[in-house]
Amino acid sequence: MDDIGFILASWLLTLGSVSVLAVATVRRAKRLASQVPDSAKPWR
Amino acid sequence: MTNAAATPVSGTATSKGTATTATRLIGAAALALTAFVVVSAFWLTPADAVQGESVRIMYVHVPTAWVAYLAFVVTAITSGFSLARRHRTLGFDRVAGASAEVGVLFMAMTLVTGSLWGRLTWGTFWQWDPRLTTTLFLFVTYVGYLAVRNIDTDPQRRARRSAVIALLAVLEIPLVHFSVVLWRSLHQEASVLNPDGDVRLDGLMLFTLFAGVVAFSLIYVWLVLHRQRLAALADARITTGLDAAIAARRAEAASTSGAGA
Repeated sequence: MDDIGFILASWLLTLGSVSVLAVATVRRAKRLASQVPDSAKPWR
Repeated sequence: MTNAAATPVSGTATSKGTATTATRLIGAAALALTAFVVVSAFWLTPADAVQGESVRIMYVHVPTAWVAYLAFVVTAITSGFSLARRHRTLGFDRVAGASAEVGVLFMAMTLVTGSLWGRLTWGTFWQWDPRLTTTLFLFVTYVGYLAVRNIDTDPQRRARRSAVIALLAVLEIPLVHFSVVLWRSLHQEASVLNPDGDVRLDGLMLFTLFAGVVAFSLIYVWLVLHRQRLAALADARITTGLDAAIAARRAEAASTSGAGA
């Protein structure tokens, strides 16, 4: 597969950026959750 | 200026984030299906007769484009509800914003993966072709939408202003999708959702593409659920901070007047 670099780059960039957003979202959610009362979290 | 982060919280506050049983299940399903798509895209599916090995980029490029379209349509629908019910809840506006954020990420990945595929197939990363140009325009429009959402912090005003933009911006999607039919384009016509209605993929290739669309849609749902709750937490933190600051100011004023009496 001569094109492997381009193919791998496509997958790694996509899955990598989605993973970074997911981790950043969860981490920020945990930080903010400790700053607001549980009554402001209707999903709990 | 109130430093909301440093303001003490009234009421019980735990550091439990935005996860629920539903989001955990969706996340697990998304991970499992994505793993299958990766294995199938790299090892199970054959090279394409025309595109060769570069077809393996299609299994990530097409799902990211689909999710971006889906995200922007959801943004428009929830923005419509937000405008119609703006005095009752900000929930629709938060979903609209979260969906646009995720959509912009997936649209960026559509452009990047398409560019890499174009380098292999056309010999160039970019052409000012109708499909590529309209897609870039759609991406820039939603980056602008997200910028407008951050202009001011009044949630009601933000919801009203951004909803109008979202309802206008979604009109670009048909233009992007049908650009390959409307104009002479370097970009190939749709292999699945084309105007003829015939599917130009078969067997495992089609199944892998379909599984990719489902996997990325689940990732989208997971991200939107978490990010709209994150937006609710951010709004609640501002409200909590303001309430605490007002209470502190009132207590200060009361103690000052009590000392002066």
